[in-house]
Amino acid sequence: MSMLKHLLSMDQLGAGEITRILDTAESLRQVTDRPIKKLPTLRGRTVCNLFYEASTRTRISFELAAKRLSADVINFSADAKSSVSKGESFKDTAWTLEAMGVDAIIVRHGSSGAPHQLARWVKASVLNAGDGFHEHPTQALLDLFSIRERFKDLEDLHVAIVGDIVHSRVARSNVKGLVTMGAKVTLVGPATLIPAQAKDWGATIEHDLDAVIEDVDVCYLLRVQKERQNEQLYPSDREYSILWGLDRRRASRMKPEALVMHPGPMNRGVEIAADVSESQRSIVLDQVANGLAVRMSLLYLMLGKPEDGVDVGASV
Amino acid sequence: MPAQAAGGAEFQLKTRVMGPDEIRRALIRISHEIVEGNKGSEDLVIVGIRTRGAPLADRVANTIASFEGVDLPSGALDVSLYRDDVALRGPRNLEATTVPGDLDGKIVVLVDDVLYTGRTIRAAFDAVLDMGRPKAIRLAVLVDRGHRELPIRADHVGKNLPTASEEVVKVHVEELDGEDAVLIGEFK
Amino acid sequence: MSFLISGGRVVDGTGADEMRDVLIEDGIIAAPRVTSDGAETIDASGLVVAPGLVDLHTHVREPGREDEETIATASAAAAAGGYTAICAMPNTDPVADSAAIVEKVWAQGREVGLVDVIPAGALSRGLRGERMADIGEMIRSPAEVRLFTDDGRGVQNALFARRTMEYLAGFDAIYAEHCEDDGLAAGGQMHEGNWSAALGLRGIPAEAEELMAARDIALARLTGCRLHLLHISTAGTVKLVRRAKAEGVRVTAEATPHHFTLDDSALESYDPHLKVNPPLRTHADREAIVDGLADGTIDAIATDHAPHSMEEKEMEFTYAPPGMLGLETALALTLTELVAPGRIDMARAVELLATAPTRILGLEDQGSIAMGRPANVVIFDPDETWTVDPGEFHSKTRNTPYAGRSLTGRVRHVFFRGARTVADGRVLEEAPV
Repeated sequence: MSMLKHLLSMDQLGAGEITRILDTAESLRQVTDRPIKKLPTLRGRTVCNLFYEASTRTRISFELAAKRLSADVINFSADAKSSVSKGESFKDTAWTLEAMGVDAIIVRHGSSGAPHQLARWVKASVLNAGDGFHEHPTQALLDLFSIRERFKDLEDLHVAIVGDIVHSRVARSNVKGLVTMGAKVTLVGPATLIPAQAKDWGATIEHDLDAVIEDVDVCYLLRVQKERQNEQLYPSDREYSILWGLDRRRASRMKPEALVMHPGPMNRGVEIAADVSESQRSIVLDQVANGLAVRMSLLYLMLGKPEDGVDVGASV
Repeated sequence: MPAQAAGGAEFQLKTRVMGPDEIRRALIRISHEIVEGNKGSEDLVIVGIRTRGAPLADRVANTIASFEGVDLPSGALDVSLYRDDVALRGPRNLEATTVPGDLDGKIVVLVDDVLYTGRTIRAAFDAVLDMGRPKAIRLAVLVDRGHRELPIRADHVGKNLPTASEEVVKVHVEELDGEDAVLIGEFK
Repeated sequence: MSFLISGGRVVDGTGADEMRDVLIEDGIIAAPRVTSDGAETIDASGLVVAPGLVDLHTHVREPGREDEETIATASAAAAAGGYTAICAMPNTDPVADSAAIVEKVWAQGREVGLVDVIPAGALSRGLRGERMADIGEMIRSPAEVRLFTDDGRGVQNALFARRTMEYLAGFDAIYAEHCEDDGLAAGGQMHEGNWSAALGLRGIPAEAEELMAARDIALARLTGCRLHLLHISTAGTVKLVRRAKAEGVRVTAEATPHHFTLDDSALESYDPHLKVNPPLRTHADREAIVDGLADGTIDAIATDHAPHSMEEKEMEFTYAPPGMLGLETALALTLTELVAPGRIDMARAVELLATAPTRILGLEDQGSIAMGRPANVVIFDPDETWTVDPGEFHSKTRNTPYAGRSLTGRVRHVFFRGARTVADGRVLEEAPV
């Protein structure tokens, strides 16, 4: 029984499915610790990394995950605008990959919803590796895995997600996943960076990081996009850092066992101080290692017998 | 509680071919054969194939340990990731693979409940070989029901059970099913 | 050639709704006679007979994007949809900002001869909102332009808007605005609200439209110019128009079928066919638009017919251009979504689709089936249910979100200036003029 045809959004996953993905990842994590790390499971399957946005980390994580399971991997990097100007549309590319018989397409795109569009055109499984400001479900799953690894259970944990929520696909996916798993989520940041509608996401909104820092079990910092400074969203990186950055002083007020997380790449000295990023609390490197296991888990669960898949994507 | 086959058909019991006593005796005999064939318990690692091979391996290891007066490690192997039917049957829920220590130079005895096509054992060979380089791999099964699809033969067999291919052999173990039994039936 | 339309339900937009015969003779509506010898009889029993529909807002794409639509294909689509006149928006390439361009569009419309093609002129040269287009020359040209707009964009500079309104007021011509503040709407892909937040698409707040509508209403009051608000989409704009009308400001407004049939929740599919500008708003906005159409705040239904090629509409949502087709589904959507549920009656539907647009544009030859008037008539079956098949459209493109949707109400016959342009639902290719 395979669980999903496509993974486009965390909306598709209930607590049971998330648990299954994380449990499977846990078994696979064992394999990554032994000398021979390759498994024959997906021999003969072909996975395409279709990346319209540069992202070395996510791409190599998916590439390695697929290779560890013996799938063949094609990397297709394109710039959406330039491929349009060359007359190679998104749909043409989708059909080309389809004709080559790929079994899964891992897509990263700057346009929100591009994976949904792709899922309507191809028979292959589509995995969203980040679309616009919409979602980044595999990041959320590896984050859930990393938190669960430390706290055993996600229920009733208090997680603060700090920073640019409006423009963050990581935040959207994480809020959904954490709320589904019973965690308490607080979104923290300047009012210009938190959509007013987020109160309907099951999260609490707070503009003062100091008001929650002592209560949280996890402080999840989002990357500050340098270009936002020019959009009148906050006065300067300096002010942002003073009010919403996690420096040593703030980190020292956290509960002893509380964790610091970041999806990377970090702007040290802006949203996170360098010493905090390297402190005992920081599980940033665990996140990277766990990303591999979670992506292997998804490829294994999704590339089973396709006919059994529940085609969630096409019904939207 | 009627077991459900993949298609929703129900398991209908025809015969109960082994009970707790027969199973106990068979495992004791197998344990002795293993030690005899190995000329002692040195370098032995007993590894059960999940799901029902694992508790059987534990019993064999305990039996050997008690009559040899040694501490014999046992492990459990989930071969799902090595199966050749992932694309046909879809992914299974994974269980932990626990193998005691280093397998290099060891005599690995694989234990499973039923030997049928041989494909599970083939997957187990690959799984073991990816974890180390044992000196030898042996195979012990509670029931050999025939119908091999690969040239694989068990070293130790609890009971040879001639069956028709439409028949289903189910092994129940105390640890997981609340009883020890070997049943023959059909899915209807 | 004369036609006797017999036994139909005549809804002429004056409020009348009665069973009577209509005789067309020599291109005009004639007095009913006892005998109609030589007239072809059209059995209109069970059908509605109304003035030909008039669209205030059509993008004909000619000149410039003839790959997407031409005046000929837009005219055929209009006729198929029950229209006898369309107002062609000026955001073509080149822009219709001079007498030469509007005359060419007007002449090409006459040559095709399926509907009156009434060019709208640009307010500013090149739609740049900086220098006035050749407004007076366009008004005095044979095209007799009466409505001016930079549609596709709003006029951002309030002083330019004021001066243009003052200038237009001197001709009693219409200043028509695409209300959108570029600063607030920057980069927006859909309505700003719960759905944009959830879908991760940049939003266009309702205020981007309402601020400009409020500004234009204030300037219309100041200048006395006739103001027409294009494709209004928010509850706030409806309220602004309602109040302005009560205060006697010379303002009219139109709404599109998509804004009274769809809302932003549909964007969950990320289907670029649902990307329009102004964007699909909330359910509450949609209800306010329907209320405005019913109570007279909104004067007319206009299509904002915007053909785009499949290549463009199959791009990623962010890159796909906004706009959808409208001419061939507007009447049926009005009947299905407004008349059938009892939100408006048939007389109001005809007013919204035919007589009000005629009045706004000041057309003499349209919007009436009174005796002696040019015979521009649509006959439709208000009960026929059909399924939208874009493959059957007369437009060059297929960009509609309504494909596969079942609608009630279908055009059967259309007469344009006394000549039959649609017979039994088929557009007659060679329309005799």
